[in-house]
Amino acid sequence: MSRLRVLATGPSSTVQDEGRIGLGSLGVGRSGACDRSAYRLANRLVGNSPGSATIEVTLGGLRVRAEDGDLVIATTGARCPGALPHNAPTLLVAGREAHLGAPATGLRTYLAVRGGLLAESVLGSRSTDLLSGLGPTLSVGDLIDVGSATATLPGVDLAAVADPPGGEVTVTVRPGPRHDRIGVRGWAGLLGQVWTVTGDSNRIGVRLGGGPLSFCDSREVRSEGLVRGAVQLPPSGLPVLMLADHPVTGGYPVVAHVDDADVDRCGQLSPGQSLRLRPG
Amino acid sequence: MRVLPSGTSALLLEVDEPDDVLDLYDALALSTPVGVVDLVPAARTVLVVIDPALTSLADTRRAVAELTPVAGRRTPGPLVTIPVVYDGADLAAAAAMVGADAAELVRRHTAAVWTVAFCGFAPGFGYLTCTDRTLHLPRLPTPRTRVPAGSVALGGGYSAVYPRESPGGWQLIGRTQAVLFDVRRDPPALLRPGARVRFVPERG
Repeated sequence: MSRLRVLATGPSSTVQDEGRIGLGSLGVGRSGACDRSAYRLANRLVGNSPGSATIEVTLGGLRVRAEDGDLVIATTGARCPGALPHNAPTLLVAGREAHLGAPATGLRTYLAVRGGLLAESVLGSRSTDLLSGLGPTLSVGDLIDVGSATATLPGVDLAAVADPPGGEVTVTVRPGPRHDRIGVRGWAGLLGQVWTVTGDSNRIGVRLGGGPLSFCDSREVRSEGLVRGAVQLPPSGLPVLMLADHPVTGGYPVVAHVDDADVDRCGQLSPGQSLRLRPG
Repeated sequence: MRVLPSGTSALLLEVDEPDDVLDLYDALALSTPVGVVDLVPAARTVLVVIDPALTSLADTRRAVAELTPVAGRRTPGPLVTIPVVYDGADLAAAAAMVGADAAELVRRHTAAVWTVAFCGFAPGFGYLTCTDRTLHLPRLPTPRTRVPAGSVALGGGYSAVYPRESPGGWQLIGRTQAVLFDVRRDPPALLRPGARVRFVPERG
């Protein structure tokens, strides 16, 4: 059996798949890849069945080696400088290393290995949920088993996919269940400014800096279920955009939602990047 | 029941009473509309999450409208007994808030039949409600950065057991050896929405 040795993890690398589905009523969040389209492309490029586990690499820095056999790998999402072609399947000969440098644009890169990574499965998923602590941990020195490929390689040399952009990104939002808490003025404030992604953003959420929004109704909201893409407004008036490891329930008002089709792009926003919200 | 927007892949159903939440959640869990992949009950709402590849929000909205949960028809959930050593750091302060001594607070906490209204905060963390309103205590003004696993607490009008060590803002009144969440167990959570809970005093 071929295996993948982890030699360096960079700032944050985790194992990710489609996540744990349907356990919200037990307080277990879905987790899974932050940029689902990039994650799915990585699996398709190496001929993996949907749901196979990959490594999600944040700001590059991952170094791996093929052991006990050759591996077919592919990277997608944020383009990391290094010897690897991007958005294309590549042979990593046994004993050879792949090193992912820091991407110029985008935040998260997916490394898929043909056969899928057989990291520990917890409650039906190999995803690491950084909020709840469920799922495998990825450490330097780890040797991860690789599954046996069942499907034939798709025969794609290179997927024509645009790199995640730097600079200002615009996503579509619609009013959330508690948009009335900020009123017309607050809504205008949400849409009318360019927000900045702050450095304390992570897989749980993208935290936005800018001019704080004011509440026209500051009554406490009782805990209610959250979804990925929810824009929650804590008392600071600075929005938090929920990503893959968001809490199952939250007690701050959700004033907006980013359209599901745009949420993946939010998973590629780097600290310091600008975000504009446009009405759907 | 009000249907509130919750993005392009979920609906948030809002009801008036906590009991209505469990009735609605039960009805949805028993006859889950096609394409619904998760149900998240909370204080006054049930979040209905769909897979947009399998269904649409409009179809889900119609299917939900056809469900008519009848209050009081829900069968009582399983009864879970949790042994507790009542020696929490906030026991005396919590008792003072209730206007009683520690022994009386323990008596009330163990006399009540609690219901798991919903789960959240952490895997296996159940928000427990009871009819004894004197036990509805506020959170601490400043949360603790570290609450040990198994801590039994009151706060925000609920009681709860912390499944694992975490930060926490509730008043700690005791501790239990019960394992609230174990990924090797099926189901992994000891407390599920609708389950009933009795706390039993134990010597330390």
